[in-house]
Amino acid sequence: MRKARATWAVLVAVLVAVTSWAVTYAAPVRMGPVTDDWGVVRVARGQPIVIAYWLVVAGPDASLGVDSRRGIEIAIDDKKTVAGHPVRLIGEDTGCNAEGGTTAATKLAANRQIVAAIGSSCSSEAVPGAPILCKQGIVTVSPSNTAPRLTDPKRGPEYACYLRTAHNDLVQGRAAAQFVYHVLGVRRAATIHDGSPYAEGLANVFADVFKRLGGTITSQEAVSPTDTDMRPVLTRIAAGRPQLIYYPIFIAAGGHITRQAKEVAGLENVKLMSADGTFSPDFWKAAGEAARGVYNSSPDLSVEALGPKYQQFLDKHQKKYGEKPLSAFHAHAYDAAMMIFAAIEKVAKKDAQGNTYIGRKALRDALFATRNFPGITGNLTCNPYGDCADPKIAVYQTISADPAKWNPGVDPKKVWSMKR
Amino acid sequence: MAAGALRRPVARRLNFVDAFLWAFRLAVIVVVVWGTVGTLRLGRYTGEQWVDFVVFGLAQGGIYALIALGYTMVYGILRMINFAHGEVFMSGAYTAYFVAAPLAASGFLDRHPILSLLLLVAVAAAVSTGVAVLVERVAYRPLRRAPRLVPLITAIGASFFLQYAFRGLYGSGFKAYPEFQLFKGEWQILGIGVLRTQAVVLASAAVLMFALYQFVMRTKVGKAMRAVSEDKDAAALMGIDVDRIIVLTFAIGGAAAGAAGILYALVFKQVHFFMGFVPGIKAFTSAVLGGIGNIPGAMLGGLFLGVVESVGPALFLDGLGIVAPYQLKDVIAFTMLVMVLIFRPQGILGERLAAKRA
Repeated sequence: MRKARATWAVLVAVLVAVTSWAVTYAAPVRMGPVTDDWGVVRVARGQPIVIAYWLVVAGPDASLGVDSRRGIEIAIDDKKTVAGHPVRLIGEDTGCNAEGGTTAATKLAANRQIVAAIGSSCSSEAVPGAPILCKQGIVTVSPSNTAPRLTDPKRGPEYACYLRTAHNDLVQGRAAAQFVYHVLGVRRAATIHDGSPYAEGLANVFADVFKRLGGTITSQEAVSPTDTDMRPVLTRIAAGRPQLIYYPIFIAAGGHITRQAKEVAGLENVKLMSADGTFSPDFWKAAGEAARGVYNSSPDLSVEALGPKYQQFLDKHQKKYGEKPLSAFHAHAYDAAMMIFAAIEKVAKKDAQGNTYIGRKALRDALFATRNFPGITGNLTCNPYGDCADPKIAVYQTISADPAKWNPGVDPKKVWSMKR
Repeated sequence: MAAGALRRPVARRLNFVDAFLWAFRLAVIVVVVWGTVGTLRLGRYTGEQWVDFVVFGLAQGGIYALIALGYTMVYGILRMINFAHGEVFMSGAYTAYFVAAPLAASGFLDRHPILSLLLLVAVAAAVSTGVAVLVERVAYRPLRRAPRLVPLITAIGASFFLQYAFRGLYGSGFKAYPEFQLFKGEWQILGIGVLRTQAVVLASAAVLMFALYQFVMRTKVGKAMRAVSEDKDAAALMGIDVDRIIVLTFAIGGAAAGAAGILYALVFKQVHFFMGFVPGIKAFTSAVLGGIGNIPGAMLGGLFLGVVESVGPALFLDGLGIVAPYQLKDVIAFTMLVMVLIFRPQGILGERLAAKRA
């Protein structure tokens, strides 16, 4: 009896293994007029093309993902139809952590109607999540992942379907270090990351460049994203007597650090600088009055830098949602959506009945072949590892810390922009 | 002969386990001593900074202790871990925000800070008590006679239910508590500069814990609670309404958690639907550390855990040359839990149980 059951178990395991192998290494699929190695999506006449987001739209970091989702929604409004079909946007929350990214990607991967995905929000979600989508041949474009490793030349074939319109933090970290060293004249700095690929990558780039410029890094610390009591780690930092603390982390922990830094003996006059992950009115809510004077490096979101297209976007945003953008990556999300729509139109083929067929690998190749695509954030050109951004980085300083007065460029005030 | 052959391997295995545990104990002691000596020789921190570490730890520990009381009291009476207790803590703090915000907006909070604080504590305690009692009535009472694993699973379910219910009620973002101007800055206490919020937290936690302890030890109802914890059936035979006492236990644990929620909000300002999870786990750890079922144990465990989290990374890990030691704060906390579970499973102060029930 027991033996029979064991045999069955082995048999089922073998069967599962064989099927999953077969699914992964499927022979070219032929459907309608299209043949594709990764599979084909058929969109019946009059039916919508399904695009999925996987962004953090709940929890303390929700402003980041909701901001991006609004960018996508405006892009859909502007585009109206893609290859003659309306667009339907579905999505999953990713929670800004690896577990959430895995769950969301797994759910999306199970839906064979999804043509392309937009996400994730946080790099920690993309590291495990993107390979899950890639395995199903679903191409994904991230509007806000910035960790260098995601588009590193050594990133591996499991990320073959991953691109991003956000800048690479090699650029942001360098810009931040230059600002701190040359403009603020700071020579001693400490960094804090939260163990996420985004924060760790950015803190390391900043530290490397800062040291190369001639500065001293007094300590490189780490906290965990759910920590609330930062006073001990700040006391440890105070022992090194830095002039500035660079903490490119997320809103919850960033708020705690901002509030508690001035309470720690030895840090009363220290300058604080964070990055694009906390560039949101929610960060002001989290940090309260303590946010006054804090610097943020972030994409340069000014009409001077981005041109009149961005002003038009802002007007539509104001009309549709009745408020200013919530974070820094709405324009990147808009561009990601537009890039996908353009690529779909390039590869979509119709049959005699008017049904549309989209080859998954063809779509992926078309996206990677994007050259000089005119987006809001600049002229996008994708490199072979998925970096498509035309990065423009600025540094902002918080004036009022009143979430109702959030108006990037004015308050927080733009104090510096990267020379290119 | 046969018996001897059977006995010998058993004896040898025990020796091996013993040797392993001794080696483990020794290794931990060597690492701790090595790290401590190394840190002190580095001389990175001043005396004031060490004092700061301890004070920060005590303030955090006071909050853990207040939450831990709920875990330990419920365990003492029902022999079950109420995993929804972290959410009971969240419910009070989150709801009281909606009282705090208008108080701050109208300026009442700045004019009468003490009165406002008491009002907030009352609201939070009332909500937390309500939620705790409701959970007991709906999720645990019907399962009173079920196997032990069943209420444990229900507790986890109740925990998720409450999290997402509050997410649905108040939204998925976080809310920021208003600032108490009165509690800004420092007080000099015995020549040590202590942040006012932390002094308030420590003092209130101490008062609440003292009151609770007196209640359990001195009043008639407290005596009934202790009786139910020793033997439910015998207590019922003595004319104690067991159900009422159990509800009361949940209510008191909930009130303590609600008060802890306000203290937490005073120090950390951010409240959201998921805020109960980590403090809940930490408070559970504190309760086990101190000896679950034991009220002074929960208090001691909470303070101890807070201090170890705050002092530990700097004291033990700096000297070992580990970079960014505060990332490993939870590792230290949970290593300590594992150590206690291995070497003193009854906790630091021991479980207060009738021997036959343990």
